[in-house]
Amino acid sequence: MIGGLFIYNHKGEVLISRVYRDDIGRNAVDAFRVNVIHARQQVRSPVTNIARTSFFHVKRSNIWLAAVTKQNVNAAMVFEFLYKMCDVMTAYFGKISEENIKNNFVLIYELLDEILDFGYPQNSETGALKTFITQQGIKGQHQTKEEQSQITSQVTGQIGWRREGIKYRRNELFLDVLESVNLLMSPQGQVLSAHVSGRVVMKSYLSGMPECKFGMNDKIVIDKQGKGGTTDEPGKSGKQSIAIDDCTFHQCVRLSKFDSERSISFIPPDGEYELMRYRTTKDIILPFRVIPLVREVGRTKLEVKVVIKSNFKPSLLAQKIEVRIPTPLNTSGVQVICMKGKAKYKASENAIVWKIKRMAGMKESQISAEIELLPTNDKKKWARPPISMNFEVPFAPSGLKVRYLKVFESKLNYSDHDVIKWVRYIGRSGIYETRC
Amino acid sequence: MTDSKYFTTTKKGEIFELKAELNSDKKEKKKEAVKKVIASMTVGKDVSALFPDVVNCMQTDNLELKKLVYLYLMNYAKSQPDMAIMAVNTFVKDCEDPNPLIRALAVRTMGCIRVDKITEYLCEPLRKCLKDEDPYVRKTAAVCVAKLHDINAQLVEDQGFLDTLKDLISDSNPMVVANAVAALSEIAESHPNSNLLDLNPQTINKLLTALNECTEWGQIFILDCLANYMPRDDRESQSICERVTPRLSHANSAVVLSAVKVLMKFMEMLPKDLDYYGTLLKKLAPPLVTLLSAEPELQYVALRNINLIVQKRPEILKHEMKVFFVKYNDPIYVKLEKLDIMIRLASQANIAQVLAELKEYATEVDVDFVRKAVRAIGRCAIKVEQSAERCVSTLLDLIQTKVNYVVQEAIVVIKDIFRKYPNKYESVIATLCENLDSLDEPEARAAMIWIVGEYAERIDNADELLESFLEGFHDESTQVQLQLLTAIVKLFLKKPTETQELVQQVLSLATQDSDNPDLRDRGYIYWRLLSTDPVAAKEVVLAEKPLISEETDLIEPTLLEELICHIGTLASVYHKPPSAFVEGSRGVQHKRIPARAGSGESAESSDVGQSGPSEAPPAVIPSQGDLLGDLLNLDLAPPTATVPSVQPSMQMGAMDLLGGGLDSLMGAGLGVAPAAMPTALGIAPAVGGGLGDLFDLGGGVGMPTGSYVAPKTVWLPAMKAKGLEISGTFARRGGIIQMDLTLTNKAMSVMTDFAIQFNRNSFGLAPAGPLQVLTPLSPNQTIDVSLPLSTSGPVMKMEPLNNLQVAVKNNIDVFYFSCQYPLSLIFVEDGKMERQVFLATWKDIPNDNEAQFQIKDIHLNSDAASNKLQGSNIFTIAKRTVEGQDMLYQSVKLTNGIWVLAEMRIQTGNPNYTVNENQETWRML
Repeated sequence: MIGGLFIYNHKGEVLISRVYRDDIGRNAVDAFRVNVIHARQQVRSPVTNIARTSFFHVKRSNIWLAAVTKQNVNAAMVFEFLYKMCDVMTAYFGKISEENIKNNFVLIYELLDEILDFGYPQNSETGALKTFITQQGIKGQHQTKEEQSQITSQVTGQIGWRREGIKYRRNELFLDVLESVNLLMSPQGQVLSAHVSGRVVMKSYLSGMPECKFGMNDKIVIDKQGKGGTTDEPGKSGKQSIAIDDCTFHQCVRLSKFDSERSISFIPPDGEYELMRYRTTKDIILPFRVIPLVREVGRTKLEVKVVIKSNFKPSLLAQKIEVRIPTPLNTSGVQVICMKGKAKYKASENAIVWKIKRMAGMKESQISAEIELLPTNDKKKWARPPISMNFEVPFAPSGLKVRYLKVFESKLNYSDHDVIKWVRYIGRSGIYETRC
Repeated sequence: MTDSKYFTTTKKGEIFELKAELNSDKKEKKKEAVKKVIASMTVGKDVSALFPDVVNCMQTDNLELKKLVYLYLMNYAKSQPDMAIMAVNTFVKDCEDPNPLIRALAVRTMGCIRVDKITEYLCEPLRKCLKDEDPYVRKTAAVCVAKLHDINAQLVEDQGFLDTLKDLISDSNPMVVANAVAALSEIAESHPNSNLLDLNPQTINKLLTALNECTEWGQIFILDCLANYMPRDDRESQSICERVTPRLSHANSAVVLSAVKVLMKFMEMLPKDLDYYGTLLKKLAPPLVTLLSAEPELQYVALRNINLIVQKRPEILKHEMKVFFVKYNDPIYVKLEKLDIMIRLASQANIAQVLAELKEYATEVDVDFVRKAVRAIGRCAIKVEQSAERCVSTLLDLIQTKVNYVVQEAIVVIKDIFRKYPNKYESVIATLCENLDSLDEPEARAAMIWIVGEYAERIDNADELLESFLEGFHDESTQVQLQLLTAIVKLFLKKPTETQELVQQVLSLATQDSDNPDLRDRGYIYWRLLSTDPVAAKEVVLAEKPLISEETDLIEPTLLEELICHIGTLASVYHKPPSAFVEGSRGVQHKRIPARAGSGESAESSDVGQSGPSEAPPAVIPSQGDLLGDLLNLDLAPPTATVPSVQPSMQMGAMDLLGGGLDSLMGAGLGVAPAAMPTALGIAPAVGGGLGDLFDLGGGVGMPTGSYVAPKTVWLPAMKAKGLEISGTFARRGGIIQMDLTLTNKAMSVMTDFAIQFNRNSFGLAPAGPLQVLTPLSPNQTIDVSLPLSTSGPVMKMEPLNNLQVAVKNNIDVFYFSCQYPLSLIFVEDGKMERQVFLATWKDIPNDNEAQFQIKDIHLNSDAASNKLQGSNIFTIAKRTVEGQDMLYQSVKLTNGIWVLAEMRIQTGNPNYTVNENQETWRML
């Protein structure tokens, strides 16, 4: 299991050091600093073995988190734990920075004592932790016996993510379907790979211990019901149900029920959390098409022309569009002309950045640029990185639709109809690249 | 509240100031001071001098302050054990606190204080906490048992905590179950043979129920534990799989990977024609692909595991090639791993896409990645025959880029392509030759030279090309020199008329001007071949080469099986068995995949796994007469297995014994260890490796004549013998065999009435007198006894040969253990044979009774070796020197009259690469 956990700043100074196992000595702290943080080379692996000691690290801005062990631990678990640790810290004091860590080091030690025992991760749900580890001293001594046992039963219980007795005057929930659409396209316009990775994020402000059921236009469910989702407006997405390649759920979802009936039922945590993640690869709506044209004119000049076409309903508006056209390292000057938006050559980033605030569906726009090059005797050819794109569209490129989210709370006197529900779809670009 | 100020104070006299503050009456000031102390501790300053002052702050009702003090205690208690006792009272009191959080905190902290005196006090509170009404306290106590076991395993056992822990598996709270499972798994790892985690269908059922209810981490503990279970039949296997598959949809990647591990392992038991088997295969792909959208570090772990899974079951991901395409922004470690998997998945169906990708990657920035991409193109050519042509043309395009390392890498792989498809792509040679000058890496130069030599007849100026390399012959690396020598000889055989001068030049460079024995030897061989029989030379040098195989970098199957059992763990990331990077006994257990029911397909592989060291050697009882035959059989064991230390688990019984036994002897690191030598000679050729080790150790000067005595090892651990611990070793002193024993009483009561008895064994060893333990052995007392042995006892062949089963009795019970003695024990002093007799005997021995093996890396000359061996009754009869090699003829006599004769060849000039050849023979005299 995890033998120790260290947090360093960018210089390699230790900010937090907690050792759980006897086989990890103080020299491990230095070994990591010398061999990884101060190493000249770029990091070649997130797992490093130094003198029979294994170091797992993740970096958040310029802070290093390293878990150390001498045993054959579950590596996936260690990384999951490190991410979780980051989440917990962020939930407690915001951004993970040197200053915040120093300011909260007592709290961090307290958390580390609670969520990692002898190197075994324990309950790390912030909802539960916040009931008894607080920044304003410990509630401990002022609690009644009932409160104490409520805390412990929540921390260890089956529903460790929610406490009892939550009350809201207005029962309300928000669902965000957030998708990122990824594309790799060849210069000729052939889709090399495309997939959508989506998340359903829920904000729940519900009283009691509500039992929820979530439904979407999952092809398997729809086909089973034998009706093709007639509620869908034709033309909006062009299809009634979608094939989900794979999905994963927050630990509140009853997985065995999903496995047997494919129904998604759960008691949600209070507040914001990620209900599910999913991935689709079939029938993806690619919101934009990029058509590049790069021509080398002699050894010192490049001509670049890029056309973008929007491919969705004309009534919808895409926002925050940005096209990034890489330029060679030996670029000396660039002239750009674009029909829409603003384009600028950014020498520090070796790219032409073309920004368009808004663009409706079924439109087209174009940029052309002349790039002057300095003559070099560097034999190596320019690698021609792909043209990448960023955007945001108000629909789900996978075609996913939320069909319902039912809420049942038998003990309290509110019903499914009383809950105010909101749904929003946002499609963003993930890695959306076209080779040129 | 900003605590960062505590990090800044570094002025002198700080400790003194802190001391004053710690003893302040004001609570706030105290707390501030403790915070400062913790901050100093974090940055590595020694604040242990403040120990008493900090501990004084422990008695407080402020929980935050208490936690800080505990943190300090955990860090420094070990260095101040006496003062740490001061804390005990508070701990014990806190364990009774009405607040469960405080009870748990106390028991959690106490387990982290590694001071013997404190652990004694811990037992009672821990016992209470294990049965606490509050699940939070119970789950903390469960982990505490593991902590205590790490400090004092015996104590945990004596106090019966293990049973309580086992009971917790049936606890009503899922988290308690999970932690109990984690603790038991860890404890079981250090007792490979104990049946601690008694997994049976009932407990498995409990675990599977808890699996649905506990936290994500608990699910990981339970799944990892489940993976160690061996289902009884395919039906049980299927039902477990069915209950584990829902975990594949968990958001936590570690849960998913651990579930994959369970499924991959149990799937092996399902009949392949079962519908469910196919369904399961299909269910595995999507979650594996999903892992690739996790954070990069997890992607890396997932990819390393997928690499294993693809080798084991390529069908799972064969349609998922695209997801392994490299993204421009992937971290380099992810890129390299993806590339590896792409090649593994490459097939005729997707090769076009793969090649297009690889060509793209070959223009990237990272040098390692580009090289690997180029190499991958070559591997595709070799793997998918239909694509070879396209691959070659892609490589040629890349060579045209003139990027130095790309060109070199391409030439190296083109050489391999020539080996796979001879006489097909020679048209490209001209292009390759153009780049001759830019090659500066040995591998690329050697590859190019090989190509020139191999196709010398089609390259008009082959002689000029090779001659140009010859100019700087001495500056080249060995690899290039060897290749150049061979290439020129090839050229000469193909075009003898023009190249005579060249070949003479290279032969003289290789034989006369070089210190490298490999090069010299090869030079001489060529020279002699060419001068005696040019036709034969042609047949040898220009012989048709075997085609190279498709996949050269596959993980060896037994290792792969083991790694599959470790999916998700570090072993699967390193692609090494845990024993390769974990110290001590932990993780040395070899795991294996269960055999498929009703089909012999995987039976073979599991057989290999079965002979792991954790299992007791089977008792074979052949008649006495069989002994000789068995010994001979051993001799005839394939001589290929000369390196027993590499994978001890895969050796057969005898090698296991010698591999393991010898290694431990060698490990002792004492100056001389000749005793092990005869073991090697006497028994199995397979131990050559061990013998080599032995010589390594012999660097010391003074050669003692006595036999080497291994340090004592624990034969009977106290936990197995109600507190009696026996360790021992064997020695041969003045012709008498002695068993040196150390008896320790680790129990609470006095032990008396000791007696010892041996089971029948291979060489008839038996106690020559009673066990001399006259005084009763009181608790914690230790006694050393030397027991003389005779060889007149009853004989029975043991497996392994030198195994000895011993029974020791005392007033408490009878205990059994087995140990292994070095074979040199039974080498007698009068083992020196007359020269003539030796010669005659040698000739008489049938060839069947001969065996050979090699010992490498020995830094001894023949005299030293001979002295050393004599120390353990291996006698040198004669010595002669032939062509720079010393030949030693040696004899050994065993207690039962068997003679072993050996010839040892030692090459003097080259201590680093001494090759010994032994011929050994057996005769009953």
